[in-house]
Amino acid sequence: MNIVVCVKHVPDATANRTFRASDNTVDRAGVDGLLSELDEYAVEEALKIAEAGDGEVTVLTMGPEPATDAIRKSLQMGAHKGVHVSDDAIHGSDAIATSLVLAAALKRLEYDLVLCGMASTDGVMGLVPAMLAERLGIPALTYAVEVSIDGDRVTVRRDSDTAVETVVAPLPAVVSVTDQINEPRYPSFKGIMAAKKKPVETWTLADLDVDASQVGLDAAGTAVTSYQARPPRSSGTVISDEGDGGVQLVDFLAAQKFV
Amino acid sequence: MPSQPTAPLDLFAIDGLLDAEERAIRDRVRLFCDESVRPYVAEWYESAQPPVQELAVALGQLGVLGMHLKGYGCAGTNAVTYGLACMELEAADSGIRSLVSVQGSLAMYAIWRFGSQTQKEQWLPAMARGEAIGCFGLTEPDFGSDPAGMRTGAKRDGDDWVLNGTKMWITNGSVAQVAVVWAQTEDGVRGFVVPTGTPGFSAPEIGRKLSLRASVTSELVMDDVRLPGDAMLPEANGLSGPLLCLTEARFGIVFGSIGAARDCLEATIAYAAERNVFDKPLSGYQLTQRKLADMSLELGKGMLLALHLGRLKDAGKLRPEQISVGKLNNVREALSIARECRTILGAGGVTLDYPVMRHANNLESVLTYEGTSEVHTLVIGQALTGLSAFR
Ligand SMILES: Cc1cc2nc3c(=O)[nH]c(=O)nc-3n(C[C@H](O)[C@H](O)[C@H](O)COP(=O)(O)OP(=O)(O)OC[C@H]3O[C@@H](n4cnc5c(N)ncnc54)[C@H](O)[C@@H]3O)c2cc1C
Repeated sequence: MNIVVCVKHVPDATANRTFRASDNTVDRAGVDGLLSELDEYAVEEALKIAEAGDGEVTVLTMGPEPATDAIRKSLQMGAHKGVHVSDDAIHGSDAIATSLVLAAALKRLEYDLVLCGMASTDGVMGLVPAMLAERLGIPALTYAVEVSIDGDRVTVRRDSDTAVETVVAPLPAVVSVTDQINEPRYPSFKGIMAAKKKPVETWTLADLDVDASQVGLDAAGTAVTSYQARPPRSSGTVISDEGDGGVQLVDFLAAQKFV
Repeated sequence: MPSQPTAPLDLFAIDGLLDAEERAIRDRVRLFCDESVRPYVAEWYESAQPPVQELAVALGQLGVLGMHLKGYGCAGTNAVTYGLACMELEAADSGIRSLVSVQGSLAMYAIWRFGSQTQKEQWLPAMARGEAIGCFGLTEPDFGSDPAGMRTGAKRDGDDWVLNGTKMWITNGSVAQVAVVWAQTEDGVRGFVVPTGTPGFSAPEIGRKLSLRASVTSELVMDDVRLPGDAMLPEANGLSGPLLCLTEARFGIVFGSIGAARDCLEATIAYAAERNVFDKPLSGYQLTQRKLADMSLELGKGMLLALHLGRLKDAGKLRPEQISVGKLNNVREALSIARECRTILGAGGVTLDYPVMRHANNLESVLTYEGTSEVHTLVIGQALTGLSAFR
């Protein structure tokens, strides 16, 4: 069973993240990046499925050169090989272009199952998995909290506020998983050592027969026109209870439209 | 508006000197310490009852036990990575680093380097998993810096060996399943692999320690301990055997001591920012800043020295007197940093609420074991002059 996990390299959320003044895209050079935390769940799920049978896990990422860190981390966790699509023309791509490139890369790989995190922790759109499935012409099963494989069928559980859904689809399929699905492993020392020797291929747009005019900032359907830092948190309101504490709390919540 | 503070080692851009694998393993060990050591270590220190067996199993799962050895379930990292792991462990507590040093660089290394195939297969995988704890018995009550005088002896009796004598200050002694014991024989000093359950072997714990309290230290008493003929380490001949093991462990201390110093400095910088004296933060005063700046310089220089020695070791070019340079400098400077940090913490600094005095007390042991600072001074002196001043 061949599993491909799509992962993204994102700016470390604990660092001081900003936009590039020149084109209002996320500044990926000025801050350390890492494997998007939400993608760790997808990698973990892929490894679990692979370990239960005899699967092979390929990690696929699109991004500038440092994005190979996200591949390496996945390889350290236990994935078998990596594919990095890197091309200057990709800079500024939106979800539509991202799904185009990833689909083109997937067409060159063998896959029975494509796993994604439910969203990236930088853009937080959550659109790529469904777009990818559409482009590949295969089913999309999103926001899975449980995944099981039975022969050539995949079954997932989705939890919503009002219902628990069990959804079945034939393979191949795209499945996105939430952070409720598992507990991602830490790479072991041996995993970290072994990762160095695992193969990573780098592909350009030309390798994928994708025309550069279809991707990048110019092709994006939306544009960031301005941005502002959120105002610093003001110090909270302390309500001392002099018999009317409860009433004051409710008034406060009502004023903030929480109740 | 104050600007964002820089961590002391970031002044030296240390991370850029490490490759991705080295950073990943370091970060993994740091995380382990944050989750499994730091929250509890003050308690272990105060009670002097570290849960050594559980810790050993957890450290085995982490992969640090014998991590720089190849085969037998060990990870086989380079020397720099092993050093970085020691640094993170010692930033938590020197006692935890001692456990790992003794297990990996002394007991396991002795068996790995000098043992028979049977001895290696019997002990190394279990020791790498932390299921078997090892100790290393060289020092005796009357012979520390001068182990050549040791009185513990091993005599042939038919095919068997019979061991008699006492070892002193042995880390992990009373919690070990296996002891590597060095003894005089008819043909010089030899090493023996002694299962601690062997009749005649006992290991009373040494109490009343005011240093390294999160580590177990014991005597080893051997009273007609009878061992089969194959208990001897076949490849270790003479005192060079144990000395080679000590060189391995000292290397870890060159990095480890910097970890302890870093932890002191970080805790102190954080404290000085929060503590107001005469109406403003303590860290805003020139006297404090001078202390912090001077300490950071020594910390960074020691770190660079450790990395340099590590790269030499990985290239197979590290000489013993160079390890003496690292051990002497880095432990001495770490101890002086710990003491200076203590002054900034004021009265709180004498308690276990901060790591600083714990580190300072620990470093007193680190200054003495694995070759005292005087002994390393004499090694360097001999290298510089060609004259031995030991006797
Ligand atoms: C917590 C702890 C754990 C330890 N764990 C172990 C262990 O696991 N295994 C093990 O084998 N040992 C262990 N040791 C023992 C340690 O290695 C010895 O304490 C050390 O080698 C010094 O020996 P000593 O204490 O007998 O001091 P001594 O050798 O008696 O030294 C006393 C003083 O004399 C100085 N001195 C010695 N020779 C000279 C000289 N030629 N010229 C000038 N000054 C000199 C020393 O530097 C020192 O200042 C441990 C010690 C401690 C404190």
